[in-house]
Amino acid sequence: MNLIKGYPESMRESIEKVEKTREKRLKEKYQQMSLEERDEVLNKYHPDYKPEVKRKLSVGSSKEEIVPMEVADLIESYPLVSEKDIDLTSIDYDVDLLIIGGGGAGTMAGIWATYEGIDPQNILMTTKLRHGDSNSIMAQGGIQAADKANDSPDIHYLDVIGGGHFANEPELVEALVSDGPAIIKWFESKGVMFDKQKDGTMITIHGGGTSRKRMHSAKDYTGMELLRVIRDEFINLSIPVIEFSPAIELLMDDKGQIAGAVLFNIETHQYYVVRAKATVMGTGGFGRLHIQGFPTTNHYGATADGLVMAYRCGARLRDMDSVQYHPTGAAFPEQIVGLLITEKVRGLGAQPLNRDGNMFVHPLEPRDVESAAFIKECYGAGLGVETPTGMQGVWLDSPMINMLKGEGTTERELSAMYRMFKRFDINMVEDPILVFPTLHYQNGGVVIDANGATELKGLFAGGEVTGGVHGKNRLMGNSLLDYSVFGRRAGISAAKYSKKASVGELTLSHVTRYRKELEKAGVPESRKSPMILPEYRGRNVLSRAIDIF
Amino acid sequence: MAEKNQIPLVSVFIMGKEYKIPSGLTLMKAMEYAGYRYTRGAGCRAGFCGACATIYRLKNDYKLKSALACQTTVADGMYLVQLPFTPANKQKYDMEKLNIAHNALLKEYPEIARCISCNSCTKVCPQELKVMDYVQASLRGDIEKAATLSFDCVQCGLCAFRCPAEITQYHVGQLARRLYGKFVAPKAIHTEDAVNKVNSGAPRAEISKLKSMSPAEIKDLYKKRPIE
Repeated sequence: MNLIKGYPESMRESIEKVEKTREKRLKEKYQQMSLEERDEVLNKYHPDYKPEVKRKLSVGSSKEEIVPMEVADLIESYPLVSEKDIDLTSIDYDVDLLIIGGGGAGTMAGIWATYEGIDPQNILMTTKLRHGDSNSIMAQGGIQAADKANDSPDIHYLDVIGGGHFANEPELVEALVSDGPAIIKWFESKGVMFDKQKDGTMITIHGGGTSRKRMHSAKDYTGMELLRVIRDEFINLSIPVIEFSPAIELLMDDKGQIAGAVLFNIETHQYYVVRAKATVMGTGGFGRLHIQGFPTTNHYGATADGLVMAYRCGARLRDMDSVQYHPTGAAFPEQIVGLLITEKVRGLGAQPLNRDGNMFVHPLEPRDVESAAFIKECYGAGLGVETPTGMQGVWLDSPMINMLKGEGTTERELSAMYRMFKRFDINMVEDPILVFPTLHYQNGGVVIDANGATELKGLFAGGEVTGGVHGKNRLMGNSLLDYSVFGRRAGISAAKYSKKASVGELTLSHVTRYRKELEKAGVPESRKSPMILPEYRGRNVLSRAIDIF
Repeated sequence: MAEKNQIPLVSVFIMGKEYKIPSGLTLMKAMEYAGYRYTRGAGCRAGFCGACATIYRLKNDYKLKSALACQTTVADGMYLVQLPFTPANKQKYDMEKLNIAHNALLKEYPEIARCISCNSCTKVCPQELKVMDYVQASLRGDIEKAATLSFDCVQCGLCAFRCPAEITQYHVGQLARRLYGKFVAPKAIHTEDAVNKVNSGAPRAEISKLKSMSPAEIKDLYKKRPIE
């Protein structure tokens, strides 16, 4: 295929139209939708509003809850191990606190449990891949917190509730927004390099659905910068970590408490038994389930293992009917389809445009509304841009950023984005970039309270695995804040709990019970979970694979 | 036994063994197409985590090049190997006790004084950072420069592999950035003020009012909220 500065001729024709309308658009503003208009476009075009893509759970503590088919299949699956496979009399690790998951929430939990007085040597973090391999490290645009003079946690509260379609748990939202300023201050004291003015004032911008400019950033590497710093702090505290050993089942004791987990070393295929007085779950979300076949922005291990494990012990789930599609996943070139184009690109002024170079939606509606509007423009109005592989997308007019904010802004503040496109010969300072919604975030999850405690004794959780904080739709910049606030709170609560807890006899009887429930419901034996990692090997290879070695 | 498609195939040598791969795939997807299932060597799959550091050589070229496997397209005749782990030394330190007046970077990582300015680290960096320059800045105690130049580092570890002086550049950069963020960058006064405001209890009283509102009232308030 002949490419001119990264784009084929067919797409170049549309880029010319974008260039023609640019001067006029630089001065124009597009009207935001009313709540009624939002509902209309969501109902008609958002992938999440199609009833046929979901079903009711037929087993467990959230029976009758409506969830996406892919989630239902995962939850209504048989455990990978049964009671007879695991010797619980031989304990490999005996700790006060087990942290499952090496992303932002787990890292915060470990640090704050240590501050709470737990000896680091009595903590164990276990993670599927490496410490830090997570969605947390991939977040680009920023972290919200109401710390400017014209802002306040209650204003933040209203934005969160409205963005979440008023379905959020008020106590959780209150915790989220109230801890915000202190979290930013703590990060600053740990050495996070926030974007600041010369006098120290944080540079903050809007995100979709915010009423104040409260998005703090570290270029477009915000998630990476935060995680690098807290991981460094975690390592300095000498908290032990076992990498490449995901938990595959939670353990309970004869008193009905959560009492640790069974880990599986994915390199040697050995299992480990961990007995713990308290357990924090920071296992993240479900992007790698590829709900409705969507590509995803999520990391390789985002397979919702935590949901499955907690559910088998009796944890309730909430808001799992709602899935977040990020409006701006890359739609071209093919190599990066589905990867995140940070909302900051729109925050800095880039407008979404159809193939004729015309605006059709305000750039910063809440994510679900913006996504639905993009899908409408492509598949309702038929005004999307087609790529050589037949994918549809809309333009993000990125050259506007330097025109509005000054030469060098894109290269400086969006260096990750600029670098990614440059690797594929596209210069986003000169040419627009093509985007389409991509699977981004698990809005719902395990029920927790404001202290990060689940309804199961001994189990705490924070971050994407939990539900209630964001209602039916999370706003940009609230996931980094979520893992910070609830990872911290879960770590502190678990530490306090572990000081008083005593563990009884370990058991996996809950797994047997769950198996019986599945049999009764007629679930096919072939379904097994947790998934651990998605399967991406070539079809040809898999069709000829034999399991003899 | 190629799968049915019109996409031309290219030869890629994964650790020396030849596989036919559809052109246009990333190195990571090519490995998977060939039948490798990642445990190590894949993380975020989007260029942010540094798990997929890769060394490769192109046909008829003696030079070794570097890449992130998730961000690079296959080429015909490419030889590649991934380096998923770096056995590098990371110092443990208490940030509260470090002293920037006496070059803390040199104190924690004295091996930076062994830099011979060969520029191998800069040449290998898949993020195209000026690695040698930030090592030299660290040596001079120029924390701001070391922090800024190293900011986009994904900590893949390739620099440390190539360094003849056995410096762990990416850990030095990490410390430089934390020192800058903590001791050099000016503090945000408004953040401090906001924390004091929360502690005063005023926002909590406002949030209590919001929590006690009926759904209709709060929706109405949301609709009318002024936007900056």
